[in-house]
Amino acid sequence: MVVARVILPGAASGRALKVAALSFWGGVDPDTGTLTDPSVAHHGECIAGRVLFVAEPRGSSSSSAVMLELLRNGHAPAAIVLGRVDAILGLGIVVAREMGWPAIPLYELAQQEMSAIDDGADIGIDADGRLSRLRT
Amino acid sequence: MDERAALDGRDGPAAALAMRVLAQTARMMGAERLIAIESAHIDGCLYHGDSGTLFAERLVEGAGRAGVPTTLNVGALDLLHAGRVKLDAHKAAMARRMMDAYVALGCQPTWTCAPYQAGHRPRTGAHVAWGESNAVAFCNSVLGARTERYGDLLDICAAIAARAPDYGLHREANRHATLLVDCTGLDPHLLAEDALYPVLGAWLGRVAGGRIAAFAGVPRDTSEDRLKALGAAAASSGAIGLFHVIGVTPEAPDNATTFGGVPPAETITLSGAMLRESYDRLSTTSGARLDAIAIGSPHLSLDEVRRLLALLNGRKSRLPFYACTGRHTLSALERDGLLGKLSDANITLVADTCVVVAPILPDIADATLLTNSGKFAHYTRPNTGYDVVFGSLSDVAESAAAGCLVRDQSLWS
Repeated sequence: MVVARVILPGAASGRALKVAALSFWGGVDPDTGTLTDPSVAHHGECIAGRVLFVAEPRGSSSSSAVMLELLRNGHAPAAIVLGRVDAILGLGIVVAREMGWPAIPLYELAQQEMSAIDDGADIGIDADGRLSRLRT
Repeated sequence: MDERAALDGRDGPAAALAMRVLAQTARMMGAERLIAIESAHIDGCLYHGDSGTLFAERLVEGAGRAGVPTTLNVGALDLLHAGRVKLDAHKAAMARRMMDAYVALGCQPTWTCAPYQAGHRPRTGAHVAWGESNAVAFCNSVLGARTERYGDLLDICAAIAARAPDYGLHREANRHATLLVDCTGLDPHLLAEDALYPVLGAWLGRVAGGRIAAFAGVPRDTSEDRLKALGAAAASSGAIGLFHVIGVTPEAPDNATTFGGVPPAETITLSGAMLRESYDRLSTTSGARLDAIAIGSPHLSLDEVRRLLALLNGRKSRLPFYACTGRHTLSALERDGLLGKLSDANITLVADTCVVVAPILPDIADATLLTNSGKFAHYTRPNTGYDVVFGSLSDVAESAAAGCLVRDQSLWS
């Protein structure tokens, strides 16, 4: 069983969306949740409601603001799983909770273990970070 | 500020909120405590949606006030040149409210991504809390002050609480390099070229993957503007918060100090071919089309503007040309009587903001932008829809004067 480390609590389910490297600022449209960076896999797809796996969080410190905006306007992923913990995305989630907006869980999972997750599969993550493939 | 009392609300609701956000971030990152900081630089004043404005106004309503000297990064508006930014009325109003809220929190209206060239220079070894990836890289690497890569929202919380989580680059042991990048075999002409430094930075951002690199063999007289270009490119192509240049940057006087007394875990010997590849990757098109030119990410220094004017040598730009800078450089340009020269050269000055964070570029389908900035090269396509071509400042000047793309690639072969 694959178990991710819980960084910010919660449980979620949704279709897995895996990207190798992503900066939310410059990589995700804050109004719609669409992946805008042409160099990123799934470019043009929307991250809203997905379980987003980011092997390598990158780039701008404005990513926390993009995260906050997605949480306010309802275009956030259902959960985010990072290859290594990154304070910048987590911060957007922490502040959303302070503002009284819906928050999402954040997890850390080593890149090798991420490869066990099928891109596009329907998966669940429980409050302890246990990942499961959901029957479709 | 007494941390417990602030959490309990003694200093008002904003200070309590700031302390809670700091404590949660500290927990997230495994920091055991908060440490006092000497200054802050705020990236969070750029509008990305109404959420950021509402957050800043919540802090103002809660009697928030920066507890340390605090500068502001770019906003989404050019407050000095009305109409430069083509935001719709709602977004422009919310962006303005956001900028006003940060000033109301006691931050200085510097509106620049190069605060370190606008007089905000913490001492070597000082703990600070800076946002904006290029500013973080410069602060750590070139000034030797200590900051983590703070995101929007945390930056203002740190400023209000005058505290930051004690982790990552705040800790001495985490600041040593492990990756040695050997530049000694590179062509000296390449090492003397401004355009090398963003190319080097973009390369580092892609390969470093969280490691701290030290460059060896880079000339000792490498200018701050070159280090600024290197750091900005590295921090946009990768999550680089600190790099060293042996013999140049303050924490890298010699190999032993740079690597903390142990040998580098890895050495990469840079070749011309590796840099050529990095140079090519900074452009998204190999076409000959050119519609506009933009420079100034990070914001231009006075010296960079002077070099542009020298290269233009009285010629006018025949293409839309945007030079992005801060008020610190604008006032120096005014003092030195150079504003007229820029306007004579058909150069549009953009202050307080820039062309990849605000809609400024002309609305042209399938257009291409030329830049000498590694950071602009990285963000132009996703943020503006323009294709981008990377070139030297000299390519920029020649292309501007010719009205079409002119690139001298001889150094990169």
